[in-house]
Amino acid sequence: MKKFEKLTSQVVPLPIENIDTDQIIPARFLKATTRDGFGDNLFRDWRYDADNQPKVDFVMNNPTFSGKVLVAGKNFGCGSSREHAAWAIQDYGFDVVISSFFADIFKGNALNNGVLPIQVPEEFLQKIFSVVFANPTSSLSVDLEAQTVTIDETGDSYSFEINPYKKSCLINGYDDIDFILSHKRQIEEFEKNR
Amino acid sequence: MGKTLVEKIWDAHVVKREEGFPDILYIDTHLIHEVTSPQAFDGLRKRGLPVLRPSQTVATADHNVPTLNQHLPIKEELSRYQVDMLTKNTAEFGVELYGLGHPYQGIVHVIGPELGITQPGKTMVCGDSHTSTHGAFGAIAFGIGTSQVEQVFATQCLLQQKPKTMKIEVNGELAAGVGAKDIILYIIAKISAAGGTGYFVEYAGSAIRSLSMEGRMTICNMSIEMGARGGLIAPDQTTFDYVEGREFAPKGEEWDKALQYWKTLYSDDDAIFDAVLEFDAADIQPMITYGTNPGMGIGITEHIPTTNSQPESERPSYQKAIDYMGFQDGESVIGKAVDYVFIGSCTNSRIEDLREVAAFVQGKQKAENVEVWIVPGSKQVEAQAKEEGIDKIFEQAGFALREPGCSACLGMNEDKIPAGKYCVSTSNRNFEGRQGPNARTMLASPLTAAAAAVTGKIVDIRQLI
Repeated sequence: MKKFEKLTSQVVPLPIENIDTDQIIPARFLKATTRDGFGDNLFRDWRYDADNQPKVDFVMNNPTFSGKVLVAGKNFGCGSSREHAAWAIQDYGFDVVISSFFADIFKGNALNNGVLPIQVPEEFLQKIFSVVFANPTSSLSVDLEAQTVTIDETGDSYSFEINPYKKSCLINGYDDIDFILSHKRQIEEFEKNR
Repeated sequence: MGKTLVEKIWDAHVVKREEGFPDILYIDTHLIHEVTSPQAFDGLRKRGLPVLRPSQTVATADHNVPTLNQHLPIKEELSRYQVDMLTKNTAEFGVELYGLGHPYQGIVHVIGPELGITQPGKTMVCGDSHTSTHGAFGAIAFGIGTSQVEQVFATQCLLQQKPKTMKIEVNGELAAGVGAKDIILYIIAKISAAGGTGYFVEYAGSAIRSLSMEGRMTICNMSIEMGARGGLIAPDQTTFDYVEGREFAPKGEEWDKALQYWKTLYSDDDAIFDAVLEFDAADIQPMITYGTNPGMGIGITEHIPTTNSQPESERPSYQKAIDYMGFQDGESVIGKAVDYVFIGSCTNSRIEDLREVAAFVQGKQKAENVEVWIVPGSKQVEAQAKEEGIDKIFEQAGFALREPGCSACLGMNEDKIPAGKYCVSTSNRNFEGRQGPNARTMLASPLTAAAAAVTGKIVDIRQLI
């Protein structure tokens, strides 16, 4: 898994609530049998019309906004368990997703793929939106070790929470299978004693 | 202090608990399907690992399969490839597959229970968020991503933070025409599509107790639509009667031993939940959704809430949803014309659902303006429906009973609702584009869907029974 430590980047703002995994990657694009290439279809039906032409009013088609940080409204990633949603976000080039609330399964899938989901208070989220819409070149800085996200232009900073185990996985690029496999003896013992 | 049902089952499956780490949780049963497993099998190959416990893993093909002419090769190339890949992977890793053509094939959350694989007290996972369905039997069951599918393949365990617990009690009697689907749509409308996030929900109360196993599965199935990863109901005689005698249920002495354990699976009186909610069954009317998440539901006689009645920061998203659906603030949905009716999905495609629909449509005719798709949850449901003559009742009414699969719930196969069309659907998600690009989904019970099928519009089922 890719390592994550620090990042300073412009952001792509998506102030929509309850963005479900069917919007992130529609089911008809789940037929691939590898993890690659899903970024092309990230937010497919919001990005392109029925004739596959870019919809000019969608933020990802607006060259003013770019960067490695996606900022979205509350309850991001609700719906299906498809990890393809996390793969699409990563493949497109986002390393961080910020929202005021994440759906559980999406959050886990993101962490398992080296994408950092950062939950911030609604007020902080709205502040990011207002700063970025006023000045699209303004950036955010994320420091995973210090667990902070900072709006560089205003200096506003928030200390986010992350499970300490998951934090060390991200910083070191480890995944869960290595960890569980190191307990194989206990697993076999558990099975024997049932 | 007593334990909740979730705690009892969870604690019995912890292989290792260590401060600062998620629990290593043992998984009894791993269900897989063609869409979320190929990358996990690939991962095993890259690591040079086997499936640790293939006998605790069961596969079926459901998401991509056509619902007509299943005996012919799948026409759509990518779907066919994905289904073939499942056949190849399960053969290579020694996993049982109930694939197309097998008498046990069907939607993964329908076949687990009907084969007796789903049992009280188990931990069960699947790369599908509706795995919560199996909680109806008093099991800890939840959806996982593909990296976790690979984890379970490799270790028969998952690294999981113990969830918070919520109890939702529904007491009292349901009115005629109101069923399990209405209960769960009502709860989600009350607490929102994110109201259960971070929790496992235990459903309790007399209205829940009085439901059949099929009804309980409908309730637990949609737990994820309020954000709860799992939902469960303490097992009782209804549960035991359903499980007994099924193919993979314990038999003889094993049954007696299992039953003794299962009878200990309930939340203790002094157990403490992190949250408790109570609802009165008498307040619930037939429900229908008007928006683009399952929390946007109303009683059938209620009006669509106005944008201005929403919190200010949520108004743009709300307006976007209402516009997508082609509705107006404050209007009633009764009398709205319907283009499609879909009766199926892991929420409502079991034999009881089909019986209920058949009993209502018997002697009636499909409305001319409506296309009706009835998709059984499994080959066994299909066979049972034919044995009971339900297929004939549908035929006389002008619909066909199709072959099993996920179908128009998510439109991965050919069963897509065209852009702009309205579909009354017994499935679980009304997200934008869920049933096809720009399709408009209105979630409802099998009875409300059946009423739409014969009248061609949204009606209050209570006026027709």
